[in-house]
Parts: sequence; structure tokens; C-alpha cells
Amino acid sequence: MIKTAPAATTLARARGVFAEGRLTWSGLVLTIFSILIYLFLYAPIVILVIFSFTRDEFGVRWTGFTLDWYIRLFNNSRMMGAAWNTLVVASVSTVVSTIIGTLLAMAMERYRFRGRGAMEGLIYLPIVVPEIVMAVALLAFSAIAFDVIKLVTGETLRRNLTTVTIGHIAFSISFVVVVVRTSLKNFDRRLEEAAADLGANSWNVFWRITFPLILPGIIGGALLAFTLSLDDFIISLFLSGPGTSLLPVEVYNRVRRAVTPEINAISTLMLLLSMVLVALSQLLQRRR
Amino acid sequence: MAMLQQQQQRRDRIRLMLLLTPGLLWLVLFFALPLVIIVIYSFMTNDALGRVVYQPTLDNYITIFTQSLYINAYWRSIWTSVLTTVICLLLGYPLALFIARSPQQWRMPLLMLILIPFWTNFLVRIYAWQIILANNGLLNGLLEFIGIGRLSLINNEGATLIGLIYGELPFMVLPLYAAIDRFDFTLMEAAADLGASKVQAFLRIMLPMTMPGVVAGSVLVFIPTLGQFVVSELLGGAKVDYLGNLIQRLFLRANPINWPLGSAMAVLMMIVLLVLIMLYFRATTEEER
Amino acid sequence: MNDSIAIELRDVVKRFGDVVAVDHVNLQIRDGEFFSLLGPSGCGKTSTLRMIAGFELPTAGSILIHGREMGITPPHLRPVNTVFQSYALFPHMTVAQNIAFGLEMKKTPKAEIAQRVKEALDLVRLSGLEERRPRQLSGGQQQRVALARALVNHPEVLLLDEPLGALDQKLRKEMQLELKSLQARVGITFVFVTHDQEEALTMSDRIAVMNKGKVLQVGTPTEIYERPNCRFVADFIGETNFIDGLVIGRDGNYTVIETPDGLRFRGLATRPLSDGTAVTYSIRPEKVRLLAANGEVPIDGLAGTVLTVNYIGSDTRITVRINDRRTIDVWEQNTRSTLDRDEYWQPGEPAVVVCPPDNALVLSE
Repeated sequence: MIKTAPAATTLARARGVFAEGRLTWSGLVLTIFSILIYLFLYAPIVILVIFSFTRDEFGVRWTGFTLDWYIRLFNNSRMMGAAWNTLVVASVSTVVSTIIGTLLAMAMERYRFRGRGAMEGLIYLPIVVPEIVMAVALLAFSAIAFDVIKLVTGETLRRNLTTVTIGHIAFSISFVVVVVRTSLKNFDRRLEEAAADLGANSWNVFWRITFPLILPGIIGGALLAFTLSLDDFIISLFLSGPGTSLLPVEVYNRVRRAVTPEINAISTLMLLLSMVLVALSQLLQRRR
Repeated sequence: MAMLQQQQQRRDRIRLMLLLTPGLLWLVLFFALPLVIIVIYSFMTNDALGRVVYQPTLDNYITIFTQSLYINAYWRSIWTSVLTTVICLLLGYPLALFIARSPQQWRMPLLMLILIPFWTNFLVRIYAWQIILANNGLLNGLLEFIGIGRLSLINNEGATLIGLIYGELPFMVLPLYAAIDRFDFTLMEAAADLGASKVQAFLRIMLPMTMPGVVAGSVLVFIPTLGQFVVSELLGGAKVDYLGNLIQRLFLRANPINWPLGSAMAVLMMIVLLVLIMLYFRATTEEER
Repeated sequence: MNDSIAIELRDVVKRFGDVVAVDHVNLQIRDGEFFSLLGPSGCGKTSTLRMIAGFELPTAGSILIHGREMGITPPHLRPVNTVFQSYALFPHMTVAQNIAFGLEMKKTPKAEIAQRVKEALDLVRLSGLEERRPRQLSGGQQQRVALARALVNHPEVLLLDEPLGALDQKLRKEMQLELKSLQARVGITFVFVTHDQEEALTMSDRIAVMNKGKVLQVGTPTEIYERPNCRFVADFIGETNFIDGLVIGRDGNYTVIETPDGLRFRGLATRPLSDGTAVTYSIRPEKVRLLAANGEVPIDGLAGTVLTVNYIGSDTRITVRINDRRTIDVWEQNTRSTLDRDEYWQPGEPAVVVCPPDNALVLSE
């Protein structure tokens, strides 16, 4: 039901930082504090972007504007390759974990079955386990798996992008499930009954009614999975082999030795790309 | 009637299987099984070449509990994680409050703004902090400019803390926002009407009711922080050892690599985590009753 | 309204675990009638409705729609449509898209859909709101969209699950009349679930009163009100005076009862009752007459004292004390417009209560 006008105003009044149209004293403090925190969050980003244009080869001072580093970057196939790999891994991981996670969320939210508690534990465990534990566990597992595969097929596999992707999917699934489940919980099942009443079979009910209405939740889960994968370092470090190059590992290796603003440049580009992707997803949603 | 209902039930079971199987398979194979493997490894030893020797022993655990290197690493990691969590809570709660009380159309953008930094890359952002905090870095440049002179801002535990807080803050803010968003602010008006000051109203009404968000955020910050190692290396100057450093060393860098000992450390870390989380849950949910 | 049966329930039972929600219900709902299922919360009326719609399957018994056994036919294949208590409008679709949904599911051609949507909106008097979203509509408007969405599919029967529950008093009364006239115009059978007996009496051609999963009585509003067949129905519908006693004999058409404190009443019994049966005497307050005390007490009269007087405006509700333990409620219409205090009953006044036996019932449970 929609709130009647009086109730909505009361709610707005109770919530607003700008209560009753004026800026309250505590509202002002809160606003300033929040702005400071946003500055704190963005300072490194802004510096990163700005210093991708500096002449200084150490990237710590401003000595003039240049696009050199971007040019060098495009010629640095290793870095570009690493960035591309990171994006690919993030995309694949997002798609797979979102699909698997959504299916799991529907199973957990809609069905009762034996072993449900164990399943919930299994799903939520990755959230509770520190990444480094997961990373070393997957490392050990991959070593044994490769040995077994060698025994059975004679092929020698090495850790590569696929192993990293598998690891990313493993920890992303849980986060997708959490987000999509919240969406499902808030979903009014009587809408599905109404659709069935009007002649929709199970397929139509899901695709015309349920799916569009939980889509925001699914997209939220996908965004989270994408963010986690893009930002991941630990699992990428442990699971990538000598041949694979991923951006975080590249940066890690360089940062401990010699750094050039190429790193700034690639980060700026990745940031831009991510923002474009998100803007696209928002536009797609709005179109509906 | 009964037979046809059974048909319906069978269809439902098939659907359920289809929904569960992909996730179940993936999680068992690539999560549960690996964890079982390192638990098993934790009871093994290594040989001179770094390979695992399958002879059960408790040596690893004994080593951890008796050698100060390891004990110190545990305490240090726990302490840093607690500190990070508390500071993130103190910073994150007002921020979440601010967003939850902003006009409706600003909220999604404000939340997105918190997530956007995460789309650069964790390592790169730590590197950016190096630039800021370095001895000849930006902040020192600013301090020199205004006459205070240079400070040693990097390669210490303070820098590590800043880096950790910076990396974990969004994970505190998002659950807090979700909890505060659901909070009915007219309850605060009712409290005021009954004579409560703002502080009292907050402590007695708002905080208990947003406690689920506080718990969720704290857990989401504490856990990754416990296992971190890069931030302390790059911003803390690698002067002291955290759990993550030791595990990384044992698995990747040591000569010979010692997977069993590393596994034992990982297993112990998980146990510590589970115990702390259970205590935390018990403490906070008891308050609600 | 013709005599063909739109919906028939034969010995329908619904169990949820140990709870029997619907207990051997038999109903025949005629084509074109406005039929209500009336009862308190938990009486099984909503479960019954949902079984007709197909959202629940009977544990036993059968449901036939126009002679066709429904069996386990799923909701989307049944020739009925439902108006839900919460309206269940699809929030991500416009009003027009909501209404068109059922037609889309049947693969109706686009031109015809547009035409029928327009007609449906005209029918519920919401023309012009095609492009609005549900959240932009008032409660009453949402309700009408829900109606239009169901009716546009020309169902054989329309099921309504307490659709007026969320509306405020005034709007509710307006919608009751609108629904009634709508049904008359469209001619479809309406099955209406409600717990509000006034609503059921206003709108229905026939009512089935339910309690604890059983149908207690089926009849026209007049039959239900004037001739309830048991204590529950007499109590649930309208107000009444209940007086417990034992049958002591007959007097012509009337059955005579006596109360433990020695009072005697005459009334109509729905079936023959032997002496000594424990019964409840029921007479509605508006059927009781109140006379000024003048020394004489007529047959079927009792001397008493006015206890409380409640002036409602259109009528006055008076409670009269008969003896130490008993009071009787009397409702009188205020047929004269006057401010003269003497024209109105005052507490403490002596009075005589007359219970005409033709207006009273003797109920055996």
C-alpha cells in the first residue's frame, strides 16, 4: 500500500539531515564528517590519477604534464596483458558466480529439504574464512589435483588464469547468494500467484514477474562479485603460476622494486572502464 | 489424487536438484575439499625438498604454541584486527547514518561512491598511500610547506593501520547502511518525547536496533584483516610479522617451503576466528534480549 | 441468474498437517449469483476460495466448475480469476500492462488487447490512467485496477478475497455498492470472501456462513438474518439477545422454554424439540417492543427497569434490567424528531419488555 501523504511527511521529517527544511547543527557536523571521510577515500585515487600525468619518473612529485606513461603503457604488453587478464577473470567469475549464486539463493529461499542447514553452512563458510586460508587451501588442492590428472591422463597442468578464476568463483558465490536472498525475501509471492491466476505457467511466472523484480538484487550481487574479483590480490597471488600475469601480482612485484607511473596509468584506465561498465548496467536497468 | 500429487512433488524435487547442484558441486569441490586437505596437511611434515611427507604428527601445532615467533604473530594480528574493526566502526557508523538520512535520490550515488575506489585495485591503492605517506611524499611535502617539517609517516604500524582501515571501511559501511535504512526514526522522536537526550536515545534505542548491522560489518572487517600481509609489508616496512606474512612465507618463499606448518597456522587461524566470532555473537545478541 | 451451477464443492476437505482447515464442505454456487463466504478469521473461507482458484489442492473431495472436475488443474489453466486482498498488482508494469497480462498469456492479438484493456478501464471508471504505475495510485484506484485485470479475461467465475479490507469506511461502502452493480452489469458469478457480516448482507444474493472449517448455513441474507439455524450464526450475524433454558412444552406453533430463574418465553423452533432439551432462545433487539409500565404485563411481556440508554441518532439502544441476573437489549428507531426529554427513555424508568414469539427463535445449539 502506498503511504498516505501525512505519514510520508512525518517519516521525511524524522529522517532528514535537513530536518524541517533547516540544516540542523548535528546534521552539519555529520555532513562535514562524512565529506572528510569521502575525501579520505578518494585522496589516493585522485593522486593516482593525477600522477599518471606527471613527468617525474618516480611518480611522487609533480614535474610537468605528460602523456608519456600512457603511451609507454600501450607498448608495455606485459602490463596491458595483465590488466586484460584481470578484467577477463573478473568478468568470467562474475557471470558464473552470479548464475550459480542466484540458483542457490532460489533453492534456499523457496524449498525445504533435508540437509538444508548443512547447505547454509557450506554457503556462508567462504565469507567467514579469511582469504589467505582459502588461498593456501586451493593451492594445496591444485597441487594434488594436478598430480591426479597427471596420473590419469598424463598431462601436466600448471596453475594459470583458469585456476585463479575457479578460486574467484568459489568465494564470490556466497556473496551473490546473500544479496539475492535478501531480494527474494522482500519479494511478495502473491504476485506470482496473481500471475498464475491470470494464466501464466511456471516459466512465464518466473521470467515475466519474478525475474524482473529480483533483477536489481541480482545485479547488486553481480556488481559485488565483480568488485571482489577485480580487487582481489591474495588468491590471485597464490594461484597464479609463473606464466600467468595478473594486474595485482604485477603491481606487487614492481612495487617492491622499481615503480613507474605506468602503474598509475593502468589504474586510471581500469577505473574508467569499471565506471563505464557500471553506468551501462544502471542504464540497462533504467530502460526496463 | 495422491498419485498426481506425487507427480507434482517429483517435479519439484527435480527442480530443486537443478538449482542446488551447480553450487553444491562447486563449493564442495573447490572450497570444502581444499579445506579438508589443509587440515590433513596440518598434521604432516615436509622434507628437505619442500614436499609433503605423509606421516601424522602434532609437531606443527607444538611449534606454533611454543615458539614466540608464532605466538607473537597471532597476538599482533588479533590486536591489529580488533583495532581496525573498532576504528572502522567509529568512522563507518556516522557515514552510514549520513547516507541513510540523505534525500532519496542521493543515496544510491553516495553508496556507489564508496564502492568505486574498489575498482582500481587493492595493490595500487596501497601503492598510492605509499606516495602519500613516503618520507619525501605528498603529506610530508604539505607539512614542510606549512612549516611543521617532515614526519616519519610510513614504515610503521600507524601506516599499516591506515592502510587497513582504508581497505575495509566500505565493508563496514554497507551492512551498517542496510541496518540504519530499516530503522524507524520516529522511534527517536518517541524517545525524545519521553525525555531522552540525543545520546541516550542513540545508546538505548538506535544502537540496539541497528546491532545486526554492527555485527555484520564488524565480522566482515575483522576476518580479512586477520589474514592480511601485504599492507604491513608495503606500508609497515615489513618490520614485524603478522600471521599472513608467516603463512605466505611458509607456502611460497621459504626454503624449503613448509606446507604442513603453514596449514597448521591456517587451521589455527580459523579456529581462533570461529571462537572469537561465537563469543562476539553471544555477547551482542544477549544484549538484545 | 439461471439455475445452472457455476461452482460445486463435493465433500471437500483440506488438512494442513494436523489442522483441518476445511471440513467436508458441500456447496453449490449458481451461475450469475453474488455468493459470499462469511465467517471469522480461521474459519476456512479463504482456504476454500484458494482451492477453487487452484492455489491449494483439496486433501479430499472434488471441485467442479461448470460441471468440469478441476482435479489438480493448476491455477493458470482454470477458467477463474482472483482479486487478491492486497491487490497484488505488478509494480514493474503500468496499469495497462497489468490489465493486459492475462490476455498476453493467452496470446491474444495486440489490437484486441488494446481494445479490451480500454473497455476494462471504462468498466471500472479508470480511463486515462493506463500509463500510471501502481505505486502512483490510491488504494481505491489500485483495487479497481485489480478488478479490471481479472475481469478483462472474461472468467467464468470471479473470486474475491476480502478485497475491501484495506479501504477506509466511507470508500468501503462506496465500493460495496459499485461491486454489486458491476456484478449485475457483467453477469459473472462472484464468489466473495469476507469476515464483515454487514458487507455480506449488503452485497450478496446468497451467503454461506462458515466456522471452524464447516459450512453452518447457506441462504439469502434474509434467511440468514431472520432464520439462523444455530447459535453461532445467530450470534455472528447482527446482534441478538440470547437466553438459555429448557424446553417445557409447546403452545400451538410455538415452543415454550423456561429459564433457570423461572422466566418463560415462546418462540419458533426450526425443528421439533422434545421436552427437557437444552436450548437457546434468540430474539433480535429491533424485534423487541418496549412499553411504558402501567401495571399490566401482557402475554410474552416482562416487567423491568431501564438500565442504560444509548442514543445513536437514527435509533436508540436501550438495555432493560429484568431481574438480578438478566438484561434484555431493545433497539427502537427514532421515528419522531423531537427534543422533548419525555419522549425518550430515561435510565431508572420502569418499563415492560414484550418479545413477540413470531420474532423469536428457539435454537438447539
